[in-house]
Amino acid sequence: MTALHLAKAALLAVPLWLLLSSLLRLKPSWLKHLASLAVGFGAAALVTLVTPTGILSYLTTFILMACIYAVLSVGLNVQWGYTGLFNIGVAAFYAIGAFTSALVTTRMPTGLNASFTKQLFGLGMPFWVGVLAAGLVAGLLAWLVGKPTLRLRGDYLAIATIGIAELVRLFFQNERWLANGPQPLRGIPQPLSCLTGDGCAWLPGFVNSFFAPLGPRDYPFVYIAIVALVLYLVYRVLERAIRSPWGRVLRAVREEEASAAMNGKDIAAFRMQAFVVGSVIMGIGGALYAHYIVSIDYSHFDPLNGTFLVWVMLMLGGSGNNRGAILGAFVVYAIWSGTSFVVDALRPTLAAISPELPSRGPYLRLLFISILLVFIVLYRPRGIVPEEKVVSLDRDL
Amino acid sequence: MLQRSAAAAERPFERFRRVASGKAGMLLALALVLLAIIVTAALKGVPATQLLSLFVRGVLLGGMLALGAVGVTLVYAVLKMANFAHGDTMTLGAYLGLVVVTLLPKGAPIAPFSFGYEFIVALLVVIPAVGLIAFGLDQLAFRPLRARRSQSVMFAMAALGLAFGIRSLVYIFWGADFTFFYTGRARPAVELFAGVRVRPDQLFILGLAVALIAGVYLLLERTKIGKAMRATADNSDLARISGIDTKRVILWTWLIGGGLAGAGGMLYGLDVQLRPEMGWWLLLPLFASVILGSLGNAYGALAGAFVIGIVWQMSGAFINPVYSQGIAFLVMIVVLLVRPEGLFGGRR
Amino acid sequence: MSDTHPASSSPGSLRPAGQAGDVGASAPLLSIQELTKDFGGLRAVNACSFDVAPGSVTGLIGPNGAGKTTLFSLVSGFHQPDSGRVYLDGEDVTGLPSHLLFRKGLCRTFQIPREHQSMTVTENLMLVPKGQIGERFWNPVVRPGAVRAQERRLRERAREVLAFVNLGHMAEQPAGAMSGGQKKLLELARTLMADPKIVLLDEPGAGVNPTLMGKIREKIEQLNRERGITFLLIEHDMPLVMGLCNPVIVMNQGSKLVEGPPAVVRSDPRVLEAYLGGQYAALEG
Ligand SMILES: Nc1ncnc2c1ncn2[C@@H]1O[C@H](COP(=O)(O)OP(=O)(O)OP(=O)(O)O)[C@@H](O)[C@H]1O
Ligand SMILES: [Mg+2]
Repeated sequence: MTALHLAKAALLAVPLWLLLSSLLRLKPSWLKHLASLAVGFGAAALVTLVTPTGILSYLTTFILMACIYAVLSVGLNVQWGYTGLFNIGVAAFYAIGAFTSALVTTRMPTGLNASFTKQLFGLGMPFWVGVLAAGLVAGLLAWLVGKPTLRLRGDYLAIATIGIAELVRLFFQNERWLANGPQPLRGIPQPLSCLTGDGCAWLPGFVNSFFAPLGPRDYPFVYIAIVALVLYLVYRVLERAIRSPWGRVLRAVREEEASAAMNGKDIAAFRMQAFVVGSVIMGIGGALYAHYIVSIDYSHFDPLNGTFLVWVMLMLGGSGNNRGAILGAFVVYAIWSGTSFVVDALRPTLAAISPELPSRGPYLRLLFISILLVFIVLYRPRGIVPEEKVVSLDRDL
Repeated sequence: MLQRSAAAAERPFERFRRVASGKAGMLLALALVLLAIIVTAALKGVPATQLLSLFVRGVLLGGMLALGAVGVTLVYAVLKMANFAHGDTMTLGAYLGLVVVTLLPKGAPIAPFSFGYEFIVALLVVIPAVGLIAFGLDQLAFRPLRARRSQSVMFAMAALGLAFGIRSLVYIFWGADFTFFYTGRARPAVELFAGVRVRPDQLFILGLAVALIAGVYLLLERTKIGKAMRATADNSDLARISGIDTKRVILWTWLIGGGLAGAGGMLYGLDVQLRPEMGWWLLLPLFASVILGSLGNAYGALAGAFVIGIVWQMSGAFINPVYSQGIAFLVMIVVLLVRPEGLFGGRR
Repeated sequence: MSDTHPASSSPGSLRPAGQAGDVGASAPLLSIQELTKDFGGLRAVNACSFDVAPGSVTGLIGPNGAGKTTLFSLVSGFHQPDSGRVYLDGEDVTGLPSHLLFRKGLCRTFQIPREHQSMTVTENLMLVPKGQIGERFWNPVVRPGAVRAQERRLRERAREVLAFVNLGHMAEQPAGAMSGGQKKLLELARTLMADPKIVLLDEPGAGVNPTLMGKIREKIEQLNRERGITFLLIEHDMPLVMGLCNPVIVMNQGSKLVEGPPAVVRSDPRVLEAYLGGQYAALEG
């Protein structure tokens, strides 16, 4: 076990520990957390040791993207799973979060760069400010969309969110002055990237020397820890809110809104809250994505990657259950990236059928995922981890 | 169910809304929108002929939109579901038409149009074919949900799955690039009047759209199945107990809705181009039309489609045409704010 | 918003006598004036007016389709009236949304129970009370202790109410799993969690067996006597209405036909005619 292994294992332990403790629903007792941290570290160390470097870094990027999707899926769960709001424009909030955080954290391009990259502003703020701003702006957008539609039948919200997603995408495609038009917005800073470089000045020396073996190419290991932490925080806050009168009202509104209104609940207000909270989380997801990918453009936020996949994740995992939402994100992302290997393996066969087919392989995966969604709706509408019955703050937690 | 929060004391905004949301108020608002467009365009120095020809093009676009919108609204009326796969059904129609056109030996263009007999044949094949496919998909995906009395959003979600499924098939068979029914064929425009130039194809498109919709009108008003459909739309439970064959009604709803969508897709492909995303992009203007004309009201959808088509095209005089979807969206949001039941809906 | 209530009920109407909470009360608790509602071409409620005195158990009867449920829907903010006014405690509350009416002390049950199916019976009840701090999104996160304490109190109260309506054994069952009669009791229990001034009960006895019905009746009388809650109730069970309610209001074709003490109403020929006429109409299809 080299120092490099150790550093990687320490970073990988964070997501494993947090995922473990949230999926197994450990009560927040320090002892249990220490235990799961130990298990997480052990597993991480084992994985780091036995897995070849190539596969390990693939695994890392897989967990990373799955965690980012899990944030989106958990956000959608607040809207659909608990409140029954049909938002088919996840991509809008995802994109607006990503671009907001990018604009808030990058600096205005100077010199030669300025002629390539146009952006309205670049505040050069730290990562966490970008994430908060992303949530804020996404929430604001949600409020604007929700205001005219949330008091109406669910289908109206659905079509309005389709519309806003298309518009946001068109906007970032065509408006160069804001975020560099169809060209990517580049140079989005990566938080704690100093760990994989020359060391962070503000960290004590032993931490820097512990992580010193990491090179810039190992950055995903650092970021995975950050993303997992954010996911965990979002998860905990939501679990609290859901297992409380707030969550109870949301479910009541979803199941029988007339009765909830007759019980003195302001349905429109609660719907709006759920819609905004969910969208804030999606915006945060967008920020996480932007700082990982470093260079973003409109095409990253198409209906397929930005909305459709998230829906399949939530539906498969189990709407109305945050653990299901997280699990679904991992399973569906595994299917999504796994099928790309299958399609690659099938290349010769596809080529034999038609010369154009191999290049259209990705669409076979889309077909598969679409069929999967219809299948879930028809045969497994409650998902892998169905909603639980009793949830209330004075019992659980 | 509409949730209207009317306070006991009428606030100024409520009063405004009440006045503005009457039918007359809405029509006035539409006239104002048109006026605003004309004034803005005039201020920007857009010549009158261009505005006029944009108006005419809006009417043409409205005809194509109407073919899709009538289907959306019929399905909504009879089955009480928002079919988000309708746009992609149109895409499917366009590409199936392309198959027929390429399979058939090319004939000479029928003057003055750019297409030959094979396009007409393709239309005749595609309309029933897409209707049947739509019905087949219904039996596959929606019938089990109906049997289970699922919530309406589950239908919408299944429709979403179908929409992406259809699109992925289009990608797989035809690739992601755009294409035309006839590549490299000249499509000269002729002067209609006062400097307004249109392509003969476009006149054909409008004519066919009007003819098809007139056909649907006759079918709804004059035939037994049309009456049964209207009765089911009014009150499906009552219709069932009074002996109406619901299965047949559903079959015909999809045949008409799907058939019109197929035709609409082919016509859109002929006028603009074929591309896998075309239907998805049309979804927003389709629903804007349908909501403007009141969900479930066939004649409302027709009127809505023309309004959306005209506003869409004319706003192109002064804003970037890539945002024309945005205009449709804006009209829809305004309708939802002021009169969510649409132009032709009754108040709750 | 604080319009004073215009001149009170018609001279012919009879005040309930000797009921708890009625002492010296002259202004009606609920006043319905010229309420009208059309559904398409059908006029479900037609210029209907009557008052409900505080502390009374007022019965509302009438043939099927008379517009009783629709009237409840208009009063409780479920539907918007086309014209007419509703006053609660002298305050104009016409067209106010349901949740605001609830805050003013008006509770309504549904003819067909609308419970939250997958939530437990207890949770259905814990949902009801107003002023729950945990209903603010951030409180469970920032002040979990306070929320938890309040939840414990609510659960205790729900337990008491469930015991009161003899549903204690169902406490942890999903509400959807209850029988029709139990759901009716749950509807009643809901109103008890709310501390209402007035409760509108829509056919609390429909689909309930006679023993249970006797219990429901006792509960209503007890609540009226001990807590001074006013009831306005729709019921088709005539013996029940005649024994429990005073006054009784008869609706027919969307408007008030007769109002008076049970004995008077029972012997009024117009009431008989309304019911029989309705039946003839029903027979003729
Ligand atoms: N939402 C609605 N849309 C259309 N018509 C309605 C609606 N609700 C009620 N109606 C009609 O209004 C009339 C009055 O109905 P309502 O339910 O108020 O009668 P009711 O007196 O409660 O009858 P019952 O004793 O059978 O419950 C009926 O003809 C009914 O069909
Ligand atoms: Mg009734």
